[in-house]
Amino acid sequence: MTVLARSAAQRSRSRQALRSAAADVLFRNVTRVAALLVLALMIAILVVLVVQAWPAFHRFGWHFFSGREWDPAHATFSALTSIFGTLVTSAIAMVIAVPVSFGIALFITELAPTWLRRPVSTAVELLAAIPSIIYGMWGLFVFAPLFGEYVQPWIIEHIGSWPWVGVLFQGPPMGIGIFTAGLILAIMVIPFISSVMRDVFSLVPTVLKESAYGVGCTTWEVVWRVVLPYTRVGVMGGIMLGLGRALGETMAVTFVIGNSHTLGVSLFNAGNTISSTLANEFTEAVGPTYTSSLIALGLILFLITFVVLALAKLLLLRMAAREGSPT
Amino acid sequence: MNTVSARYLRRRVVNWVNLSMSVLGTLFGLFWLVWLLWTLVDRGVRWLGPDLFTQSTPPPLAPGGFANAIVGSILITALGVIVGTPIGILAATWLAEFSRRSRLAAVIRFVNDILLSAPSIVIGVFIYGVVVARFGHFSGWAGGLALAIIMLPVVLRTTEDMLKLVPDQMREAAAALGAPRWRVTVMVVYRAALGGIITGVLLGVARISGETAPLLFTALNNQFWSTDMNRPIANLPVMIFQFAMSPYDNWQHLAWAAALLITLAILALSLFARLVIRSRSFVK
Amino acid sequence: MSPMHRDDTVPTHAVSPQMLAGAGRDPARATVIENPKLAIRRLDFYYGGFQALRAINMDIAERQVTAFIGPSGCGKSTLLRTLNRIYDLYPEQRASGEILLDGRNILDRDQDLNALRAKVGMVFQKPTPFPMSVHENIAFGVRLYERLSRTKMDDRVEWALRKAALWDEVKDKLRQGGTRLSGGQQQRLCIARAIAVKPEVLLLDEPASALDPISTLKIEELIAELKSDYTIVLVTHNMQQAARVSDYTAFMYLGNLVEYADTSTLFTNPAQKQTEDYITGRYG
Repeated sequence: MTVLARSAAQRSRSRQALRSAAADVLFRNVTRVAALLVLALMIAILVVLVVQAWPAFHRFGWHFFSGREWDPAHATFSALTSIFGTLVTSAIAMVIAVPVSFGIALFITELAPTWLRRPVSTAVELLAAIPSIIYGMWGLFVFAPLFGEYVQPWIIEHIGSWPWVGVLFQGPPMGIGIFTAGLILAIMVIPFISSVMRDVFSLVPTVLKESAYGVGCTTWEVVWRVVLPYTRVGVMGGIMLGLGRALGETMAVTFVIGNSHTLGVSLFNAGNTISSTLANEFTEAVGPTYTSSLIALGLILFLITFVVLALAKLLLLRMAAREGSPT
Repeated sequence: MNTVSARYLRRRVVNWVNLSMSVLGTLFGLFWLVWLLWTLVDRGVRWLGPDLFTQSTPPPLAPGGFANAIVGSILITALGVIVGTPIGILAATWLAEFSRRSRLAAVIRFVNDILLSAPSIVIGVFIYGVVVARFGHFSGWAGGLALAIIMLPVVLRTTEDMLKLVPDQMREAAAALGAPRWRVTVMVVYRAALGGIITGVLLGVARISGETAPLLFTALNNQFWSTDMNRPIANLPVMIFQFAMSPYDNWQHLAWAAALLITLAILALSLFARLVIRSRSFVK
Repeated sequence: MSPMHRDDTVPTHAVSPQMLAGAGRDPARATVIENPKLAIRRLDFYYGGFQALRAINMDIAERQVTAFIGPSGCGKSTLLRTLNRIYDLYPEQRASGEILLDGRNILDRDQDLNALRAKVGMVFQKPTPFPMSVHENIAFGVRLYERLSRTKMDDRVEWALRKAALWDEVKDKLRQGGTRLSGGQQQRLCIARAIAVKPEVLLLDEPASALDPISTLKIEELIAELKSDYTIVLVTHNMQQAARVSDYTAFMYLGNLVEYADTSTLFTNPAQKQTEDYITGRYG
């Protein structure tokens, strides 16, 4: 290359360099703005909900959290039945979903032959892809009638008379109700919990498992005494993640819970949750107090799930950190 | 000797019982999947027909289809994708390329993961508050924006994970040729992570196209043919909800047919997305 | 004495102005490099709090092959990575001192990094073809700085591939993915990609360490070929390779430049005990 050509090339290079430096700054800032938008969105959601829920909180005070009335006719609202329904349905879901998810994760990581692992985990994950409204329709039109006709009467007759526990299983066998909602929630969160469990189980170092097998442990003993303790934090994170999902699930619950603003002990009663109340009543709400009370419910739901999901995230981060530095 | 073998026997039994429970648990999970899908096929297939795609939703007890709801769903889903995807990809780029270890990035990642699992109905309430209440009416725009907010964290999360899988060597090699950072990212890193990014977008589409709750008080529904995003717009999920809960046979039949179609579409999309990530991934 | 060592008890034979002025004990063996392409002065390098290079001084001859050898972790790759400031991609890495390229200090704050890297090309240990076709891999770098017509670009691609002794093997595969070539071909593709930008200096970071012996041989022949046009700096852990292809060799140990001389001298008659121990295989 001649000296002349080289210097010409260099001049064009330096001009180009200036332009590309500007483009770099621009690109970096555009991506930064996009990232900050996520933060802004979260803050905006909180602010909007708080501002619009304020009239309800202001009007009803603490009674909003402790009262049982939900009376649009007299514009008197309180959140207790909805909060109760949300917590109880999610609790039922966890009682069912956690052991089942554990079983699935155990099956996929330890028991299933290799060729079966991927199909089974994909199939379980498909449960999460099915829209929640489909669960609702199926629950209301297919599951609830069968449950109310064949299973519930038996439970009411046999378990309903037990001391202590019995009161939970009394009342007319309607099929729908808090228990049914909890069961369907369980099915819906199983894929979330089991896939986290599966992922953290596979993080257990092979040497650890091998040495346990080496001293004569059975598969169950290896899982229960080695795998589970090692992954405890991550498993808790997965459970919290599932709980967060269950608390906020709307459509499936709306179909099957019965939508009644009453508070009863029996799990076979109709009830409601925060999300089902919102789904049913929001578009029909008349008057600022009614709407504000509904938005207040939304805010409470958001805060509950925020805490649960934040906990889930912290636990999973701790698990990830531990994986980085083996104990 | 006797006690040892009795103890061993007990351990064997415990092992057997618990592992059997694990298999049963798996069957329990798959049982519902099969039952659900069977229900959809059983109740949906018989109402399928060409009318579904050519006619709008009918009044009670009259023949019709849900062409308007399909078009409406496509419109608001498209809006959700068009708004949510670029923001998600750009935000993920900042997290993965420019500020991997910064504190702010950690906070944003944290917030994003919470948004990812936040109740979608609350997103609906939020959009109601900032869009519907302000403009005084439900609209397709509001529905699409609600879906965009649900789409964004899905795309962000997958994209960031995929960008992080691109080896730093690739970035170094591009930078060593004198490529400015934005070109390294756009032309080399994005390209290397393309399969994963597409998967994220597809999973996001699968997620939002079945969402009902955030549309209930944003897009609402519309019984008639309309492509006006400024007015309430028909969409499959809300239509299914309203028709399924109705007392009219023909509406219920349409609801089942729509439920079957939307579920099949979403399952196909999810499975396809998984295939994309497996075949296009550059990391072996 | 040159400030190469913290304890100045060990005499050194690295080239520095001081040495040329007569500080060396054995002038016949001092490596006199007139008009060096690169002149490194008092270079320190840090990974966060860890100092990886200590007061390096050396000159690199134009259109010659200079090899850096030494046990792993000695800083030879780090030193190479300062010559095009590729380390700048990582905020926690920094260098101080001077590196003069044609007399201009490239460590200056206002040095344009992209322009620098266009002038100082680099090839990495592992082949890093971009996820695009063979043709695009090469055109990528060229397009950054030149607007060429289609035919001119094709000519440039062919020229670069010929220079990299790859043309005959890939001329029918130009539109195929670069990742589908064999490992040795991929590495020569990376060399072609670096050459296509028409740099003045080529940095090769263990370019053959991931390759089989035959591919390695080809790369070595290529290096010999290329040095008539380019200043080549080669990092290698393979002493035979350094002996075969380089004109000058620098031996580094624990972040210090221990000895720098023309290759035959360094290998046949090293002045330092450490160098002798290393080249005779007593450690590293």
